[in-house]
Amino acid sequence: MPRTVRDVVFVDGVRTPFGKAGPKGIYHETRADDLVVKAIRELLRRNPDLDPKKIDEVAIAATTQIGDQGLTLGRTAGILAGLPQSVPGYSIDRMCAGALTAVTAVAGGVAFGAYDVAIAGGVEHMGRHPMGEGVDPNPRFVSEKLVDESALFMGMTAENLHDRYPTITKLRADEYAVRSQEKAAKAYADGKIQQDLVPISVRNTNEAAGETGWGLVTADEPMRPGTTLENLAGLKTPFRTHGRVTAGNAAGLNDGATASLIASEDFARENNLPVKMRLVSYSFAGVEPEVMGYGPIPATEKALAQAGLSIEDIGLFEINEAFAVQVLAFLEHYGIADDDSRVNQYGGAIAFGHPLASSGVRLMTQLARQFEEQPHVRYGLTTMCVGFGMGATVIWENPHFDSEGDSK
Amino acid sequence: MSTTAELLKGAAELFPDEVVTQAHVRHLDLPFGAGRFALITLDNGFDHTKPTTFGPQSLANLNAAIDQVEKEAAEGAVTGVGLTGKPFIFAVGADLKGVELLKKHEEALAIGKGGHDVFKRLAALAVPTFAYYNGAAMGGGVEVGLHCTYRTVSKAIPAFSLPEVFLGLVPGWGGCAILPNLIGAERAVSVIIENSLNQNKQLKGKQVFDLGIADALFDGADFLEQSLLWTARVLTGETEVVRAEVDRGEAWDAAVAKGRFIADSKVHGAAPAAYRALEIIEAAKDGDLQKGFDAEDAALADLIMGGELRSGIYAFNLVQKRAKRPAGAPDKSLARPVSKVGVVGAGLMASQLALLFLRRLEVPVVLTDIDQERVDKGVGYVHGEIDKLLLKGRINQDKSNRLKALVTGVLDKAEGFADADFIIEAVFEEMSVKQKVFAEVEAVAPAHAILATNTSSLSVSEMASKLQHPERVVGFHFFNPVAILPLLEIVRGEQTDDASLATAFGVAKKLKKTAVLTKDAPAFVVNRILTRFMGEIQNVIDEGTPVVTAEKAIEPLGLPMSPLVLLELVGPAIGLHVSETLNRAFPERFTVSPNLKRVVEAGKRGFYVYDSGKPELDPEVAALLVQGDSVLTEEQVRDRVLDAVAQEIGLMLEEGVVAEAQDIDLCLITGAGWPFHLGGITPYLDREGVSERVNGKKFLAPGTASVPA
Repeated sequence: MPRTVRDVVFVDGVRTPFGKAGPKGIYHETRADDLVVKAIRELLRRNPDLDPKKIDEVAIAATTQIGDQGLTLGRTAGILAGLPQSVPGYSIDRMCAGALTAVTAVAGGVAFGAYDVAIAGGVEHMGRHPMGEGVDPNPRFVSEKLVDESALFMGMTAENLHDRYPTITKLRADEYAVRSQEKAAKAYADGKIQQDLVPISVRNTNEAAGETGWGLVTADEPMRPGTTLENLAGLKTPFRTHGRVTAGNAAGLNDGATASLIASEDFARENNLPVKMRLVSYSFAGVEPEVMGYGPIPATEKALAQAGLSIEDIGLFEINEAFAVQVLAFLEHYGIADDDSRVNQYGGAIAFGHPLASSGVRLMTQLARQFEEQPHVRYGLTTMCVGFGMGATVIWENPHFDSEGDSK
Repeated sequence: MSTTAELLKGAAELFPDEVVTQAHVRHLDLPFGAGRFALITLDNGFDHTKPTTFGPQSLANLNAAIDQVEKEAAEGAVTGVGLTGKPFIFAVGADLKGVELLKKHEEALAIGKGGHDVFKRLAALAVPTFAYYNGAAMGGGVEVGLHCTYRTVSKAIPAFSLPEVFLGLVPGWGGCAILPNLIGAERAVSVIIENSLNQNKQLKGKQVFDLGIADALFDGADFLEQSLLWTARVLTGETEVVRAEVDRGEAWDAAVAKGRFIADSKVHGAAPAAYRALEIIEAAKDGDLQKGFDAEDAALADLIMGGELRSGIYAFNLVQKRAKRPAGAPDKSLARPVSKVGVVGAGLMASQLALLFLRRLEVPVVLTDIDQERVDKGVGYVHGEIDKLLLKGRINQDKSNRLKALVTGVLDKAEGFADADFIIEAVFEEMSVKQKVFAEVEAVAPAHAILATNTSSLSVSEMASKLQHPERVVGFHFFNPVAILPLLEIVRGEQTDDASLATAFGVAKKLKKTAVLTKDAPAFVVNRILTRFMGEIQNVIDEGTPVVTAEKAIEPLGLPMSPLVLLELVGPAIGLHVSETLNRAFPERFTVSPNLKRVVEAGKRGFYVYDSGKPELDPEVAALLVQGDSVLTEEQVRDRVLDAVAQEIGLMLEEGVVAEAQDIDLCLITGAGWPFHLGGITPYLDREGVSERVNGKKFLAPGTASVPA
């Protein structure tokens, strides 16, 4: 049977505001599945021309698939969101790149012709499910020295990455972090972020966590606008004495969920759905687990090679800011300035937060908004590092690209 | 301290055990630039199994929350105020435990006024108010929302009602006055009167919206979010709330008249609540809410101090609480599992039982009878009923297949019952027949199997007496129609052991029946009382009182149907049979009416004909009646009948037929449909002085179903 690979597009993406994990966090009394359910419902509300019966798949990522993040979330969240019973779903895990992998997995299905349209997203409630909950690493990792002992502790891997790039100092990392907060604050002030947020009702019964009763969350909780270098300078380096990685130049522990619609371009056009980005290529790569922050570099190399593009062709970058050092290593590798205006224009995870398996779609949603605003840009990429030594990169084409515009 | 606060403080002192609802005030920023918003959450700190209620301290808490938001609204610090509940529950109204404690008219008045004073402040704030009915809302829970400017409702709410009239109250915190002014009198009468008197029928979210009670309807999944977004759009003016015009013309009067008609047909004037509610609805036509609130206060206080409400709460507690923990039932850990059921007999009753066991237990059910034709007919009946359920969409095809495969019929009891755990007989009502059947069953059934009898009047002990293992025989007396009437009298024979009894109660629970333990006494509970009751009516008719007078004498009780209509429903032949049984047991009190005998012998199915649409004495029956010349007044008839009932119940309690008078009432409510406002019957007999006149004492301690001393 002859087949034609089909163009895959990012139709739309939304997310919940992100919260701080822990007993005083906004989502402390909110279930993880409810977060992703509400994101899915908002996605459908925003795209009323999509008949839910036509959805071929719901792929939802979570790192810790236990309790309210277990039970094959893609399927159960679909039912809870009110999707028809005929719509299937599954769960997916690639730690931090969970939602990104959900997108590429369903995208592969769309390109192959298995799906016309699918929901892909992720959720992580790190308050209810702290990193490492219930893990049971095989003792051979250590006994046979398969990985360095630091590989399981993300902050240590970030310190290791600083070792690999000695020119990336703590000061550079802090400067980067301050800029992330500034850019995020400006993006909020300009209304760039809110348009893709799903308001979430939250209950609080703990007086220590503020006013009790029901409230409504409409903005990211982790943001620290006005952060200065001085603020950051004094922070502890919990992963190494005299280290460089602090709570200020890394993403925090967060709760949140995302959801996106991925479709064949033909389906999107036939169903009056928006086409916000066109998928060009995607790639995953493995690196030494103890320098997992290096992962985006080989992943991007592969993705660029597949697409026949070079780094100069990329006009916009959405790099997940698990750690400032990991972004800086990427930029250093490609000879891009720390403050290059193409990179993380709205700020990143250092400001918004990084609920592990949900973050990939946040990067895409933000890149899609930037494409809309900047038709002179033809290509953009979303990339992130992944625990146990991986990187994930997706290259996107701007459907609004206008070659008449000033080229970049 | 404001007057309201003082009022509530006093009330709270009377009710130290109140489960207190907090009113949390939390602030949030609405989207679309709609500003800062104060959201009040009603929460008693327990999960949904303990719904949020309003006692005096709870009202005081809400009052304090309103103090806060009133100030913020006046200062312009908030653009709106919302009200919602904890997960799955909005609020289910006044705390009935607190109502039961009220002893004085002025205390009752204070509760009514206290609620009004707090709730109506929501309508008087400087900003619009919004109620978000997120979960179950009843009574005062519904009413607090009615005082708000706008309302939204969740599609997922399981129950929404103004059940006050059902209990013997009026919606007295604004319901009677506001609701007709919001949605029109016709719809208000339907909610306040018709639903209440229709076994407290609950509304679903969509109906609440369709009736116009709520201005917007949202899915449960993100109800509060969507309600708040809607609120923001209302506040910014983007969404305009348009409500249907209320018809204040003749439609209003017609609605009230219809309400009276409904009340008459249900309670026959015997319970005042519906009529009081209708008076307030009638007067609310002029839109003067404060006048309506005052009338509600007065009605509430009168009703709280009246016997019907206390009986209503008592009855409510019986069916809600006592029914779930049957008095005298052995420890449930003794119960044996039941994974196959046998039914002896394949007649109509047996087939109905087979269907009930099948649907509730979902285990194999095997019917036996004396010939294949009867067996086939029995199985055919069950299959036919399953088809009806499928057709009505009550079950799906898979469930239909499952149930049909589970029911079988065999001629050979050995084949059918060899592995059955519970075998019930529904054969001809005669001792020798039943004894023979049980002997046959015992020969083939496993040693542990329960042998149950659906006898309505025979002795369970005698039925068991010739068996090798009489300890496993229990009486399992259902009421017709078995699918509808909740009562199941579980009869303990002299030799019945605890394990068998526990198994019987376990099965009853799975059957979703209200099980009441009774002694093996003639006709058990309901039939004994009804037979004495009917017998006394027959007696006065036989002695010479006209049928119509005898029937009318009973009307003030507000029973679901007149005695002779009931007799028709039961079947005069069965009525006669039971009266003969009881006459043998207690000849001094139970008579066998010669007139009834004649009616049965003439093959009449009842006393009435319905040619004119109303029941009228069948001339053929009239011709059969031979009456004496002692003509009693209605009052005399009523006294005779009630005295007989009080005497019989007194004797039953002395004999230990049931544990307490409460069980008698529970039986009469769930097995005979006797009304809540009578509390079954003993609260009424106490209230009317009948108990003391006949037995020299009341059945119930003061305060049990009456105003506490």
